Parts: sequence; structure tokens; C-alpha cells
Amino acid sequence: MPAIFRARVFLTAKHDARHGDGVQVRTIRIGSGAGYSGDRIEPAIELAEKGDIQYLVFECLGERTVALAQQARMKNPESGFDPLLEERMRAVLPLCAAKGIKIVTNMGAANPEAAARKTADIAKSLGLSALKIAAIVGDDVLDACKDGDLPIMEFDGTIKQLGNRLLSANAYLGAEPMAQALAAGADIVITGRASDPALFLAPMIHAFGWAMDDWNLLGQGTVAGHLLECAGQITGGYFADPGYKDVADLARLGFPIGEVGEDGSLVVTKVAGSGGAVTAQTCKEQLLYEVHDPAEYFQPDVVADFSQVTVEEIGPDRVRVSGGRGAKRTDTLKVSVGYVDSYIGEGQISYAGPGALARGRLALEIVRERLKLTNVAASEWRFELVGVDSMHGPGVSARANEPYEVRVRVAGRTENLREAVRIGNEVETLYTNGPAAGGGAWKSARDVVAVASVLLPRELAKPQVRFVGA
Amino acid sequence: MKLREIAHSRTGDKGNISNISVIAYDAKHYPLLLEQVTAAKVKSHFAGVVQGEVVRYELPNLSALNFVMDQALGGGVTRSLALDAHGKSLSSALLDLDIAPAPQSQMPKGE
Repeated sequence: MPAIFRARVFLTAKHDARHGDGVQVRTIRIGSGAGYSGDRIEPAIELAEKGDIQYLVFECLGERTVALAQQARMKNPESGFDPLLEERMRAVLPLCAAKGIKIVTNMGAANPEAAARKTADIAKSLGLSALKIAAIVGDDVLDACKDGDLPIMEFDGTIKQLGNRLLSANAYLGAEPMAQALAAGADIVITGRASDPALFLAPMIHAFGWAMDDWNLLGQGTVAGHLLECAGQITGGYFADPGYKDVADLARLGFPIGEVGEDGSLVVTKVAGSGGAVTAQTCKEQLLYEVHDPAEYFQPDVVADFSQVTVEEIGPDRVRVSGGRGAKRTDTLKVSVGYVDSYIGEGQISYAGPGALARGRLALEIVRERLKLTNVAASEWRFELVGVDSMHGPGVSARANEPYEVRVRVAGRTENLREAVRIGNEVETLYTNGPAAGGGAWKSARDVVAVASVLLPRELAKPQVRFVGA
Repeated sequence: MKLREIAHSRTGDKGNISNISVIAYDAKHYPLLLEQVTAAKVKSHFAGVVQGEVVRYELPNLSALNFVMDQALGGGVTRSLALDAHGKSLSSALLDLDIAPAPQSQMPKGE
């Protein structure tokens, strides 16, 4: 990269009252390349190509994904990382290597080292052997807490009481090990369970040398990470409501870029010409997404305070977000515990045309009675009509007009798979035994790997950086 | 009028807790939200859906409210029997809330 270009990237003249005209603040641009495991591939390519970014972050690890990935790893020691890792890496590595864009991702899931080895193989096959790839390990705290009496936050009980239903326990790590990997020269940093905003905070800590006890900077950095972590959800995705909130070109939704200054200043934007929009409204919605008390957003590195945040549109698709603060981090880390919870059996069938609603209701009555007659044991049931009351129950949806078609849905929670299978069967037998003209029956029975949380004394998690040669 | 005319909303999920933001399009409607979109009203709007407590947080800088609804997701996103296990669609249901056009305190009393 020519020096003059680098200077333009890293030194942005700011023109606001706080700094006065022309005061130069070091700035980095961080792109958010995925908001969940199955997210679109091309927006990240667009960011690498046209986003003028120095960091590209992929957030791909859902709440229960680590538990499922852990099961995969037990079957095959080289698996257990994100299934789209190869496709995403192949899509962006050549561009990122050419432009010096660093990648940070939690696609390591239950096996960051295998993910790093896989990425090294991909880099090699693309002729990019010089890339330095780091895995962050140590989020797996199963051994540290499986026999302990840490109380589960969601229901009465302890980890120990889960017994052989316990599958995994992964601590939400903070930004520090990722920032250390970047400082040690990593081009690609691959973690397992880490806090999502920390994936973005790590480049800030690395680039600006923020102290790990500068709570206000870490709090404002968390605002940036939180806003960016769901990718398209801040650029107009999960937002459009025709006639009220119109968004152009969602099929070509651009993913966000955070321009972060060393003083924590933040502008959220996207690649010019991409679909979607960054507005005060999209930023406000995302700021409160999955937030409880805005004054206490618990993170491994800081307790962030969003309560004084302000947003300001300063140009087309450019929103300044200020006012994030923070307080000292807590002494514990949140641990996501995966366990075998139960089994779910389900069946569906559709009715259409005149009287569809009445036939759907009759079908539900028949299945309800059949399940009783045949003694199917379940601890929890749902009997509902998709298109009528399946989303919010009979109360909220009471005023709905009669639809042209309805879909019967019966679901029950059971203790074993055999019992779960019987639920779908009872819906399917409506074909020949139920109301007239039922069609499109479908059934499923599955085990449920669920996730609960415990708080672990932070010193019991020991994160480490491990480099893998390309 | 409906809440949808003056505010937008987004649902988020964590375990068995759902949060719904309610954000005024125009700051001048924030007092209306403060007065009429109370935790009690949200709880009764979601009767049968939300089993637990509803807590409201106020964000005057954003002209926004944040409702945190406990025991709202059928035991938690990862184990729920519901079609919409995340409760993503709850924000749209909340925007159906009826709102009196002017703050009730300023409306003529009786008749």
C-alpha cells in the first residue's frame, strides 16, 4: 500500500465542535461481513473490494451452535467449525491479502484450531502462504465447571444436575486475546465462543492501544461492535415495512462499515451504491436489539452503558453514534451451556377454499382427541392454525378475518424420540381419517439441544493464542 | 390511531426473554409513548404470550422505550415449540396497540 494512501485511510480530518476544524484523529474502518452463520456471501466481497476497510469481521456463531458443533467434533476431531468457513474464506482471502485487510471471526465454533488449519490450507491453495493465522482457544470450560455447583440462570438447578445430558460449556471470551493475536501479526484471527461486540472491539484495542480499564472507551467501542455485529440489520435489513419504512434494493443489501476514531467516535456507513440504507432509525433499532437494561449491557470486557447514546445523520448513509460509556467489568464470564433438553414431535397439514378455517379447527380437535386416546405423553403442546393464530395465540389474533387457506400445526415436547414420532403420525393420518381435502401433510421428530447460562469466575477461563502456519 | 402510525419497533431475544424497542418517528411523539405505552399495557396486550414480568426502560435521547418481557419465548429460543421461536414477530403485534391521538392529560375530561 503506498504511503500516501495509507495516510488518507488512517488520518481522517474531523470537523466537529469537539475537535475543531482540521484536527486529525486516527481512524479505522471495520466492515461487518456476516451477521449469522448462513448469511449472504457477496456483501463481504463488496466490503473488501470497495469498502476501504482495514478489518473485516464475520460473526457466525449462534447461541446453540457451539453445542451442535461440539457434537460434530466428537464424531470427527477435524470438524466442529462453521460449515461455510471455506466458502467465505475463498470468497474474500485473495482481496484481503492483496489489500492487507485483517479478518476476525468466530467461525472456529467448537474447534478454532481445526478452522485455522483449514484456513491455512485454503490460503495455500490460493497461493497466499504468507498469511499468518491465529486461533484463540480456551473458551471451552467444560472441564472447569462440569462437576461444579454453578447455578443455572434460566431455571432451578446446577450444571452438575444436568448429568450426562450436558454437552458443552463455553465462556464468552473478551477482546484481549484477539487483540494480542493482531499485535503478534495475525492476518486472520479465528475464535470460538467470544462476545460478538468483542470481535469488533479487538481491532480497536489493537489499532489504538486502548487500555483494558478505560471503561468509557471500551463502552463506546462496545456500542460500535453491537451496532455492527448483525451486519445487514443496521443497513436496512430486518427493518422494511412497506408504506411506513421503505428500504430500496434489499436484494443487494450492503453490509455496514464502522468508522471508528481513536477517541471512540463512530460513524456507521456502507459501500456507496449498495442496497439498503443507514439512517438514524436503523441505528436506533439495532442499538436496542437484544438489549435489556440499556444502562448495563454486560460484556466480558466492560459493563457498557447505552443509556446516553445519541444518533445523528451527518450525510447520506452516514450516521454518527456518540455517548456510549462504560463501567468496570464484572468478575465473572457468562458461560453458554449446551444440553439435551427434550424431543419435539410435530405435524402439519393444509386446508383451503370455502370452510378451510372450520375444517382446520375440526382437524385440530380430531388430533387432540387421538393423542389422548392413544396416550401420547408430552409435557407441553401447541395446537394451532398457521395463518390464523400460530404466531401470537388466540388472544392477540382474535380479530383476524377468515383466511382462504389454513395450515394445521400440532407440536409437543416429549421425553424420547419414539413418543415424538407419534405426534406427527397423528397429524398425517388426517389424510384418510380427517376432514375433507387436507393436503401437504408434513411431520418431524427431533431432539432438542438447548442452551442455558451460568456465570463462571473469570480466572477459570484461560484463553490462549495459537498460530497456525499457512 | 395505532402505535404503528407514530413509532417503529424491533424485537430481540436472549434465552426466554424478549425485548421490544418502541421508537418514535418524531421526537414530539415521545411524551405520547411515555404516557400511553406503559409496561402494564404491553403486558396485557401480550396476555397469553408473556408469562413473566414486563419492565420498561426509557431512552429520552433516542425518543425510545425498551420493553423487557420475561418468560416470553416458550422456555427459550433453543427449546421453544413455537413456529417463531425467537419471537421476531412480536414487534409487529405491539405496533397494533391503540393510541389516543393527544396526551390524555390534555384531553377534555368528562362531558
